[in-house]
Amino acid sequence: MTELWAMPAWKIHELYEKGKTSVEEVCRTLYRRIEEVEPSVKAYIKLLPEPDGKGADGRVTGSPLGGIPYALKDNICTAGIETTCGSRILSGFVPPYDATVAAALKKAGAMLLGKTNMDEFAMGSSCETSAFYPTRNPWDLRCVPGGSSGGSAAAVAGGEAVFALGSDTGGSVRQPASFCGVVGMKPTYGRVSRYGLVAFASSLDQIGPLTRDVRDCARVLGVIAGHDPRDSTSAVAEVPDYERGLLEGRKDDLRGMRIGVPKEYFAQGIQAGVKHAVMEAIKTIQELGAFVEECSLPHTEYAMAAYYLIAPAEASSNLARYDGVKYGYRSEHWSDLTGLYTKTRMEGFGPEVKRRIMLGTYALSAGYYDAFYLKAQKVRTLIRYDFAKAFERFDLLVAPTSPTVAFRIGERMDDPLTMYLSDVCTIPINLAGLPAISVPCGFSEGLPVGLQIIGKPFDEPGVLRVAYAYEQATEWHLRIPHLDGVEAAKRIARNDGQVSADE
Amino acid sequence: MSENERYEAVIGLEVHVELGTKTKIFCNCPTTFGGEPNTQVCPVCLGLPGVLPVLNEKVLRYALRAALALNCEVARFSRFDRKNYPYPDLPKNYQISQYDLPLARNGYVEVNGRRIRIKRLHLEEDAGKLLHEGDGAQDKWSLVDYNRAGVPLAEIVSEPDIRTPSEARAYLESLKAILQYIGVSDCKMEEGSLRCDTNVSVRRKGETGFGTRTELKNLNSFKAVEKSLEYEIARQISVLEDGEEVVQETRAWDESREITVPLRGKEEAHDYRYFPDPDLVPVVVDQALLDEIRKEIPELPSAKRQRFIREYGIPEYDAGVLTADKRLADFFDECASRYRDPKVVSNWLMGEYLKYANATGLSFAEIPVTPEGLVELLNLQDEGVISGKIAKTVFEEMLKTGERPSEIVKKRGLVQISDENAIYAVVDEVIASNPNVVRDYLGGKEKAFGFLVGQVMKATGGKANPAKVNAALKKRLGKE
Ligand SMILES: [Zn+2]
Repeated sequence: MTELWAMPAWKIHELYEKGKTSVEEVCRTLYRRIEEVEPSVKAYIKLLPEPDGKGADGRVTGSPLGGIPYALKDNICTAGIETTCGSRILSGFVPPYDATVAAALKKAGAMLLGKTNMDEFAMGSSCETSAFYPTRNPWDLRCVPGGSSGGSAAAVAGGEAVFALGSDTGGSVRQPASFCGVVGMKPTYGRVSRYGLVAFASSLDQIGPLTRDVRDCARVLGVIAGHDPRDSTSAVAEVPDYERGLLEGRKDDLRGMRIGVPKEYFAQGIQAGVKHAVMEAIKTIQELGAFVEECSLPHTEYAMAAYYLIAPAEASSNLARYDGVKYGYRSEHWSDLTGLYTKTRMEGFGPEVKRRIMLGTYALSAGYYDAFYLKAQKVRTLIRYDFAKAFERFDLLVAPTSPTVAFRIGERMDDPLTMYLSDVCTIPINLAGLPAISVPCGFSEGLPVGLQIIGKPFDEPGVLRVAYAYEQATEWHLRIPHLDGVEAAKRIARNDGQVSADE
Repeated sequence: MSENERYEAVIGLEVHVELGTKTKIFCNCPTTFGGEPNTQVCPVCLGLPGVLPVLNEKVLRYALRAALALNCEVARFSRFDRKNYPYPDLPKNYQISQYDLPLARNGYVEVNGRRIRIKRLHLEEDAGKLLHEGDGAQDKWSLVDYNRAGVPLAEIVSEPDIRTPSEARAYLESLKAILQYIGVSDCKMEEGSLRCDTNVSVRRKGETGFGTRTELKNLNSFKAVEKSLEYEIARQISVLEDGEEVVQETRAWDESREITVPLRGKEEAHDYRYFPDPDLVPVVVDQALLDEIRKEIPELPSAKRQRFIREYGIPEYDAGVLTADKRLADFFDECASRYRDPKVVSNWLMGEYLKYANATGLSFAEIPVTPEGLVELLNLQDEGVISGKIAKTVFEEMLKTGERPSEIVKKRGLVQISDENAIYAVVDEVIASNPNVVRDYLGGKEKAFGFLVGQVMKATGGKANPAKVNAALKKRLGKE
């Protein structure tokens, strides 16, 4: 029998209902697992001594997530629990309020285990820009888990949480899901409230679940989705019952589905192993009865450039508030106001965050605004239009989630442009505000590959349906990394100079 | 021709008005003035990580009301932008404002028959307040009070249509009256709910181009606006007359010395890096909403002024004074519609009533006298129950207590003596005790008659009916 720590939420919930396990047992198992693998994986920034939530009182059967232990990315505010965004500048910041998603999960009876590691302010694709330490990929501890929600993905993959939430600005849920062999979804922009998510790029950020399988993804999404009067950009559209939609629909039949394969996503930089796994997955979808055809999203090549103007521009403004005046880190080396600002920010932010603040400030500056920010917004419109046109012919699009599998820790840190390419297949979807999921679709070089399924705005049900049918037809999602725990970490620490042996 | 007469000034005003909604523009914190520091704050107006602004619909409605009352074109589609600049009173280090798509444009205010155009009206959030401990370079601490952060502001920018300092003041007074009329702001300059900066330049009369302008700040009263402009215009003219050039700069009004001085340190040209705030959705205003708002707008000062002149036949000057404040205008309106002679009402209000308000510093809302009370007083006088002099005494009491005049008259025994026997008794007594005066009067000194009347009034405590006293005296002295 599968260990409890390796089970999806829906299965644990079934056991609860049948009285075959208890919240105490599940928690005990999870904590034991964490104790065993966390020293090598380092998925968490903060681990709570006991889970926070109402599930522990035994009333677990009523709610679909009652008594399920989970993890939150550390850029999602939690009342009374320090929230750092993986940054020194927010050290000591304890929010007085819960993010809307955190409150929703609490209400649903889910139990918070801790806050997961991330790239500083979600700026990165490897979890290496965290001010604390890099998280390691449970499939290969020498590799990154992806980012920026790398801690959340690694926690789920490593059996350190049943599910987790991440945030996705340019691929930050899907890419680590792909690298860690779990399911990760970025919902339609506006589907999930951003209230309490520390902003990186407000027009792109969206919170999404990282889970063991598609059914859990539907279940978690159903709890966190919906209109929030505290978020002007959250959609008023009704939330369908995603999970019931999956279970009631036909899992083995995709006849009538029209699926497009954008050729631009298979172009330069894609690893052969990744391409092979994704093509095999597409074949499987075809065998399930879907109509599959190649298509084109002609402005894809401009997406990266547009993203790296829009996201830093918004970030430069969003991060202006971290100045040492009100909360978080404050430098001690200052004598006047300007000094307080510059020293605090100089000491509090890491190099990648500084790089993006500078990029964004430049893009918004007088005389450059039209050429950079405004032009990027026009490109964004063209990219949206590309998708809208494709969706006239197709119900969904499929593509790789990332052109590569997980890379080695340290490999891309000195080469930001190569690092940025990790998100080349996910960024356009954020620019267009569409829903997309990454599901495990095989392995290359012993590391997981992710298949990305992209839908029309608010067609999460369609995305989930294809993902579920594919998942039911394959067994990739059942694979579990063989972590030999602390011993492996020590070995890696000895062999790999890039990673400090700070266990 | 003096040098001042060869020049004319070009003045534009930038006015910030706090909208009087109960809660702030993007959160539910109260906007009450004068609370203990940092007691009217929440994560949103403190700009804590992760929070998001949500536009208070009431703020939009107030701003639309102002836009329509100021004859503006309301944009069907406008949006909020971020104005980026770091300062400790700004919790997010950017201010949510409106930049290239303001809520309304192209309005005007009628000021003494001239149309002063309004360039734009937009919404923004107020900043907090810095409190410095100690002084100057020795400042040890600066404290921040965020109670004001997020209070809704409407910024109203005029075109440079104003030509004189007094016209600038008149424009402000009109603006204040309109905004008070429509109930969107109390416009108290001393509490900061109305703030004003001015732009001013001078040019030779007949020229159409603009001279180099300066911006004046630290204007804490309407008087300061007027005085600072007077000073600044004279200063600019003398600079030009000396063959020098006006420097474009921001200057502060020094109230005690009554001069303008350059603000310390050259102000750097700020690049605010405006861009659309991605946390807020565009403001879309449809015709139905505008129609609804239009219905909320009451009769405005200029229309009311015209109506008072037309319906009540009072002089234009009176109408102007009475309509400058809505409460005063309503007071007059109610009295005038019930009393036979509106000009008498106007005299009372512009006289005793305003004098009392100015002397006590009380607002019209704080003065308890009612329109019904004033009308009753005037009727008592008409009916001969009290004399004009007594009426003033009674009104003084009414201003303080709000009591009805008939009550005051009864309580203090102020009813006029009209009984002829009683009056003749006093008259006879006065004649008997002032033989010399009587002789003078009979000898042709008309003035002596007034003295005798005065003596009778004095003897009756002012309560004798003056007409009857006159008649009685004349009869007794054989002049009738
Ligand atoms: Zn507030």
